[in-house]
Amino acid sequence: MSTTLLAIVMAISIVALLALIFGGILGFAAVRFKVEGNPIVDQINQLLPQTQCGQCSYPGCKPYAEAIANGEKINKCPPGGESTIQALADLLGVEPEPLDAEHGAEKAVPTVAFIREDECIGCTKCIQACPVDAILGAAKQMHTVIADECTGCDLCVEPCPVDCIDMIPVSTNISNWYWQAPTLGVELIASDRRARRAEAN
Amino acid sequence: MTQMIRLHDIHGGIHPAENKRQSTQTAIQVAPIPNELILPLHQHIGAAAIPCVNVGERVLKGQCIAHADGFVSVPLHAPTSGTIVDIEARPVPHASGLSETCMVLQCDGQDEWQAHPSLLEQKNVSLVEQLKPADILTFLAQSGIAGLGGAGFPTAIKLHTGNYPIDTLILNGAECEPYITADDMLMRERADEVVAGGEILLHVLQCARALIGVEDNKPEAIAALEQAVIDAHLSHKIQVVSIPTKYPSGGEKQLIQILTGKEVPSGGIPAHIGIVCQNVATASAIYRAVVHGEPLIHRITTLTGDACQQPSNWQVLLGTPIDYLLTLAGYQAQQPERVIMGGPMMGFALPHLQLPVIKTSNCILAPKAKELPLNEYATACIRCGQCTQVCPAELLPQQLYWFSKTQELDKVEQHNVFDCIECGACSYVCPSHIPLVQYYRFAKGAIREERAAQEKALRAKERFEQRLARQEQELAEKEAKRKARAEAAATAQKAKQADLAEPASAPASSVDDTLEKLNKQLAASQAAVQKTKEKLAAAQADPEQADKIPALEAALEKVTSKLKSIAMELAAAKKAAAASTTTTGDSDKGDPNSPERLRKKWETAQLRLQTAEQRLAEAMEQQLDTVSALQTGVEKQRERVNDALAAYQASQTETQSDVANSPDNHELEKKILAQQDRVAKAEERLTMARESGLDTVDALAMGLQKQRDKLAQLEQQRVASSTPEGV
Repeated sequence: MSTTLLAIVMAISIVALLALIFGGILGFAAVRFKVEGNPIVDQINQLLPQTQCGQCSYPGCKPYAEAIANGEKINKCPPGGESTIQALADLLGVEPEPLDAEHGAEKAVPTVAFIREDECIGCTKCIQACPVDAILGAAKQMHTVIADECTGCDLCVEPCPVDCIDMIPVSTNISNWYWQAPTLGVELIASDRRARRAEAN
Repeated sequence: MTQMIRLHDIHGGIHPAENKRQSTQTAIQVAPIPNELILPLHQHIGAAAIPCVNVGERVLKGQCIAHADGFVSVPLHAPTSGTIVDIEARPVPHASGLSETCMVLQCDGQDEWQAHPSLLEQKNVSLVEQLKPADILTFLAQSGIAGLGGAGFPTAIKLHTGNYPIDTLILNGAECEPYITADDMLMRERADEVVAGGEILLHVLQCARALIGVEDNKPEAIAALEQAVIDAHLSHKIQVVSIPTKYPSGGEKQLIQILTGKEVPSGGIPAHIGIVCQNVATASAIYRAVVHGEPLIHRITTLTGDACQQPSNWQVLLGTPIDYLLTLAGYQAQQPERVIMGGPMMGFALPHLQLPVIKTSNCILAPKAKELPLNEYATACIRCGQCTQVCPAELLPQQLYWFSKTQELDKVEQHNVFDCIECGACSYVCPSHIPLVQYYRFAKGAIREERAAQEKALRAKERFEQRLARQEQELAEKEAKRKARAEAAATAQKAKQADLAEPASAPASSVDDTLEKLNKQLAASQAAVQKTKEKLAAAQADPEQADKIPALEAALEKVTSKLKSIAMELAAAKKAAAASTTTTGDSDKGDPNSPERLRKKWETAQLRLQTAEQRLAEAMEQQLDTVSALQTGVEKQRERVNDALAAYQASQTETQSDVANSPDNHELEKKILAQQDRVAKAEERLTMARESGLDTVDALAMGLQKQRDKLAQLEQQRVASSTPEGV
């Protein structure tokens, strides 16, 4: 009887001791390896295009990332388009959805803002609207866009009282050109190939 | 010279038909000057050059017409004399077929050189060894030399090896690509220039050994080079090495591996393993620049292919249009037209022929359709693995192909697509004719674009966050300012309220003001009364003016009544003033002789005098019998007024004199205090000196005596100045 009791007490105390030790280890690890902030928000933010355009109805990419982390839909980012939706779906393990048309359509070509400087009256309204400080100028002085910093968010177009801002597509030049992938559909089976060649001749 | 080094093999490689014989039958010919040269500003890797001459300006041969933009860039020189007629976007020889800014030079045919002293002449030395390597590097950068092998990397930067010690210089004369013979012919005909260039490079790199690697399908070039090395007495330094013919042994990394057995690490440069590799044509250009002062204005280009009747090598000016060159080689236009810049393995088809020769154009290949059939249709990959066997970079071309095709860019990158040298060996052996290299080029471009987009997104994020932080800070600052303003307003309000609570001081002064005003009015009306009375008396005395009496009497009545009303007002005002002084004038109570009190006394005395006078006047007017008594009262009052005035004036002069005296006394007092301090210090020093037995004791004692004398003098002065006060 007493040995059984002793065994039970021993077992309980050993388990309790182990629980204490592991609890201690866990507690220590929780303090020592504490993660600042919400890492999933940062990961989502990494995938967003950072145009800060607000088309998702949030005041920037980070707030949208936070909203997504709290269960917002992932299809509200037109600048990111399908690829961003796919990446977000992969990250979050949800089904990719088509882009929500309510928030705008994906641009075919990236654009940058361009100020027709002759017409600029120096009202600074576009400067205040630019989310990434890519417009230079001062009151009653001509403004200009730093093309390299412009994210093409369109936010400066609306406030301009004289409509002197154009969104122009980014042109391809020798430094950013690269080979296109061979067009699909050129891969034929050998017999078809012979037929095609005969046709061409 | 016998071969003394052990050669190593590279993985894979292919043996395509060489087709080099056609263009080596004739010597290098100098191409005539065309009418117009098209000079792209971007003929090298790095930033495009910036034009430094204007449209319409005449330039001389060798004149710099565009300077380098930053460190990784090379300048551009006029290949012949003529006029710059345009700086505009023109199509450039590039796989993209896009246009870039070009300078268009209208040649005048005179080929007039500008003064072009060599570096030896500039530094006034006779041997290359006497030049400083840094000077040579600067000169090479100014001479516009970029790698002539095909990539066009700025030579001066490649020679800037930083902290990496270089033990081997490799001159690349392998020229492994089919058809191309430009380097072959250069080595055959100008071996001395190549060797001399090698010597300069050895000096620049401070390196002891140079290897010239040449494929064994160029025996004439090897022989010429060996002879040149012997002639230049450089056998101990420069070694010509014959390597087995295999494509792509002329790739930089491959040649290094063949000659030294070392592999350039992935993502690294040859300098990391102590090696610098330069093309033989670049070495020749270096020699021509340093020893003859000629910037890079021409190059040797192979014109070959079955469509050319006389395939040969030409020394062409940079910017020469390709259609002009092809006519020199007897080009017969083909249908469909296909002209390739570079070799058949790595070159690209030109969209049209109105394109210039640039620094990297080593070959213009105009094949017939049967010679190099177009690869129109690819069939499916059968996973034969031949591509893997021939890849010189030991990659997995098949995997790269799958991932590139499905755009799995991260996986392509993981499979080291950036180590691919795009030699085309895999495509060459592919039984399915899959354009593998094009897939890799696409993947590389897409990855680079993605990286650039990521970098831009990161920057945008940073800028956005900084903007937010700035806006927050601005808001906080505004808030702080607003708070500060509100506080200031609140304190001001409080102060105002406090002022209202004790209105004594301000109203007191206003009471004084009204009193004074009334006094003046009173005096004026008194004077008026007096005058009217006098007039009335005169009228009464003079019978001629008797008719004026009633009018004068009426006037008198008026002024008297006015005087009365003023007097009454004054009395009321006085009462108010008295009330205010009792509340506010406490401070003055202590000293009955203060100037303020005395002034008030004087004023009250004056007022009393006035009332007395008034009463007297009334009495006189009504001819009462109290007139005499009142007159004595007025006299007395006047005396009092005079006394009060005297006392007040005396007190004022006294305060003035006090004020005048006090600064002197103060200063004197201060001086005395300072002097006392000095004396104390001097005493201290003296005791210290005495204790430690210094020999300065005597001097210090004397100083102390002097200070004491001064103090005594000052004290006497004080006594003198204070005594008159006491008296």
